[in-house]
Amino acid sequence: MTFTKRAAAKLLLGTALAASMGTSAFADGHAKTKVGFVYVGPIGDGGWTFEHDKGRLAVEKEFGDSVETVFVESVAEGPDSERVMTQMALDGAELIFTTSFGYMDPTINVAKKFPNVKFEHATGYKRADNVSTYSARFYEGRAIQGHIAGSMTKSNIIGYIGSYPIPEVIRGINSAFIHARKVNPDVQFKIVWAYTWFDPAKEADAAKVLIEQGADVVLQHTDSTAPQAAAQEAGNVITFGQASDMGQYAPFPRVSSIIDDWAPYYIARVQAVKDGTWSSTDTWDGIGAGMVGIGEISDAVPADVKEQALALKASLADGSYHAFTGPLNKQDGTAFLADGETADDGTLAGMNFYVEGIEGDIPQ
Amino acid sequence: MDLSAINPILFIAGFFVAATPLIFAAIGELVVERTGVLNLGVEGMMIIGAICGFATAVETGSPLLGFAAAAVGGAALSLLFAFLTQVMLANQVASGLALTLFGLGFSALLGQSYVGIKPPRMGDVNFGPLADIPVLGPILLSHDIIVYFGLALVVAVWAVLKYTRIGLTLRAVGENHDAAHALGFKVKRIRTLAIMFGGACAGMGGAYISLIRVPQWTEGMTAGIGWIALALVVFASWRPLRVLAGAYLFGGLVQLQLNLQGAGVAIPVEYLAMSPYVITIIVLVFLSRSRSAAPGSLGRIFHASS
Amino acid sequence: MIALVKRPEASRAFSLAAPLLAVLATMVFGGLLFMALGKDPFEAITTIFWEPLFGEFAFFYRPQLLIKGAPLVLIAIGLSLGFKAGIWNIGAEGQYIMGALFGAGVGLAFYPIESAFIFPLMVIAGAFGGWIWAMIPAILRVKFGTNEILVSLMLVYVAEQFLASMSLGLLKNPEGFGFPGSRNLQQYASTHNADLIAGSGMHWGVVAAFIAVIFAYVLLARHRLGFAIRVTGDAPRAAAFSGVNPARLVLFCLGMSGLLAGLAGMFEVSGPAGQVTIDFNVGYGFTAIIVAFLGRLHPVGILFAGGLMALTYIGGDIAQSKMGLPAAAIQVFQGMLLFFLLAFDLFTNYRLKFGRTETA
Repeated sequence: MTFTKRAAAKLLLGTALAASMGTSAFADGHAKTKVGFVYVGPIGDGGWTFEHDKGRLAVEKEFGDSVETVFVESVAEGPDSERVMTQMALDGAELIFTTSFGYMDPTINVAKKFPNVKFEHATGYKRADNVSTYSARFYEGRAIQGHIAGSMTKSNIIGYIGSYPIPEVIRGINSAFIHARKVNPDVQFKIVWAYTWFDPAKEADAAKVLIEQGADVVLQHTDSTAPQAAAQEAGNVITFGQASDMGQYAPFPRVSSIIDDWAPYYIARVQAVKDGTWSSTDTWDGIGAGMVGIGEISDAVPADVKEQALALKASLADGSYHAFTGPLNKQDGTAFLADGETADDGTLAGMNFYVEGIEGDIPQ
Repeated sequence: MDLSAINPILFIAGFFVAATPLIFAAIGELVVERTGVLNLGVEGMMIIGAICGFATAVETGSPLLGFAAAAVGGAALSLLFAFLTQVMLANQVASGLALTLFGLGFSALLGQSYVGIKPPRMGDVNFGPLADIPVLGPILLSHDIIVYFGLALVVAVWAVLKYTRIGLTLRAVGENHDAAHALGFKVKRIRTLAIMFGGACAGMGGAYISLIRVPQWTEGMTAGIGWIALALVVFASWRPLRVLAGAYLFGGLVQLQLNLQGAGVAIPVEYLAMSPYVITIIVLVFLSRSRSAAPGSLGRIFHASS
Repeated sequence: MIALVKRPEASRAFSLAAPLLAVLATMVFGGLLFMALGKDPFEAITTIFWEPLFGEFAFFYRPQLLIKGAPLVLIAIGLSLGFKAGIWNIGAEGQYIMGALFGAGVGLAFYPIESAFIFPLMVIAGAFGGWIWAMIPAILRVKFGTNEILVSLMLVYVAEQFLASMSLGLLKNPEGFGFPGSRNLQQYASTHNADLIAGSGMHWGVVAAFIAVIFAYVLLARHRLGFAIRVTGDAPRAAAFSGVNPARLVLFCLGMSGLLAGLAGMFEVSGPAGQVTIDFNVGYGFTAIIVAFLGRLHPVGILFAGGLMALTYIGGDIAQSKMGLPAAAIQVFQGMLLFFLLAFDLFTNYRLKFGRTETA
């Protein structure tokens, strides 16, 4: 009895979903392509979500009236995100970008219910026939920062503000450290974990602490301009913009930046849906494809360092150089990469160790 | 581990900056609670102050005008709370929480066009040769004017509450509003003024974050400092000078954990990160032996039934 | 001259009419706000209030109301017991986290064994996690007279750090390629708190919320303990004379609210959320405080208040995506709704008197 009831309910929901999809997805399929964006923060966060929304606006600009974009901001990971995605799909979105790692399982769940809707999940690793994943190789930008930082530091202490000890952040620290050491064997990293995604006051405090402890370069994996302001106050400290260019602090203390640029990818994927050529892919693009932008290197950087940095950027962009190239050891001294070997994407994606030379432990 | 990396002078000087937003918000709320009103909307008033101050400073180029606007903005929002609780006799806890919700949303709407802008800078006060006094100079005499204004405000509130007729009135209203009413005090008017004072202070605390401590505008940037300020009032057992001590303790603990991380102390970071809260609880347990009671009519609704 | 005069008895008519008036007022002022933002106010209001209940896709949104409302109601019921007695637990968010961590921890300890005993054990562990976290402020208050508002609030931040630590460490999914977050409990049959009828939104947490409402109603109306709670809140001295043991009451009220918050967290992590992650908690513990007061600390009122809050969340998200309203505008709208509900409540206990009166 219960079984039949359950089955009936399931069937009902299934047909209802299918019916609604049928009407919305196909009826106006030729007129306007509806594209949904699910954001984890407010678009006014000046960082992660702000940059994704710029990508959305670029899509609107590119396609004009033939595309309609919708978005919901500050969507909590978990059931809320699942509801918002479902709602967008019901409303006829043909392509939905879910822009936070925590949306991974919800995206897969909703994608199962809507086989005709395409999903694009940022920074995750689970895919399906109608779910692609995409992410940016920010560590390539970190390599350039590390090079400039290592060349310019006088105290040989480089401060690094991390959010949480996740592979994305650890990868950035390693990449920056490797390239700082390359030009300056005496360089040391001081790493402070904020243990928050977003708390500008705490980021400001962390930057000040690092500067007080002798760092004359501060790298940040947090999105506020607080470290830039602290560096300006101190007067002799350089910083790099994160997520957005932070050009208002150029040419000094901000000497360059890593910019998230999702626009080219978003435009390409929307085009693929319109052309009917969309297929499930795993994209991990870097400087070459333009997903990672390097903000203008300011005149505060000595000309020769700037030239080397640009050369490094060019070699990363055309693929002739990989930021993780051996010989490299892990922090405990065991071998990581042999001479000339480059790290594979799997290792990079789940990176949970420091390379040799970094002091301190990764919090567990 | 390298504890010598921590410079004790800069470390202690850092307390002042970290504690200032807390001091403003807490001293304002203290006055409000002393009159018997519990306003849980501190976070909301702070963030409104943060955006009002930021926008005004950017438009006029004057941080000081920004602070004035922040005070006005915070006080204006608090009037909403005063209307609900004093005129419409609504529950204070719920009204305060609603105020926070409203303030967070409203500030985001106001601030839409101010993301990614750098505000005008506020310089430090120039104490001339005094600032060169070793140790004391860099610790005490190297800050912006708002830090000193905050300190002065605490002392002023302390003195007013303790020595003046106004203070007596405020306390009388807070301890027993019926008795105060019988004595001819205008309970609602006094409370409304106190609530506005609290709003103005919270607003300035918020502006200190957006104009000096960070300085930047982003949505939700107060990130819970208003709640800490509320806790601080209880911690201080409603005494102004203890607010100061509490704010330094709390601000100092946050600074300390970041400093220890920078110095590479081998305590797991997450435990360092929770330490300010745990230590606050421990200190509170020791303090609570000296039982200092809350204002008698805190949180209760007053209506004069004639 | 208009004056407020206390009604001899609370007006039943107004206690029903006040919420309706408040919703109407919110529609008017909220509509003005939306108009100022350049949106069609009528469309916005119907999208928020009508669409989730009776719109084209109501078959999907109605179950979502249960999912969103259940944790709010469950937590608010527990809080209301303490609030009635003047015991202020504002740290339900922390207890919610600890309940989820304990529940998920027990469940994952059994992985990959399948057994019907695992889920009940998780329920017990979740309840225990919330309870023990609330017992810290309870015992400190009883033993040392420490203020429970402060302690319970501080413990929220401690719990958040624990949550981060667990998602990055002990509970991290060993097959998750180093990313933070636990295994997904939805994909482990013995721990999955699934819908009892698929697609209905009716999971065990919803059932627990309804049971809690009934339990609280009976407790307050019929039981001695309920009497003790009400007396202590209204007149603490009288309560002491009538033999109420204040220490026991503190332990009961804080413990109960912690237990229910812990349960809410456990049902959420094993059901709709599925995973322990750094950002698992989304503020239910704080929103529930509003829900408790909106429901006038009455079990049935809380049920409706929880439903209303859930409705504005869901409707708000729809309005965002359909009309491009910013999330902040929805937040302001919710704030307004609360303001009006609180304000109009006045007329339940007071009436306006027009004409000349002696000044009060």
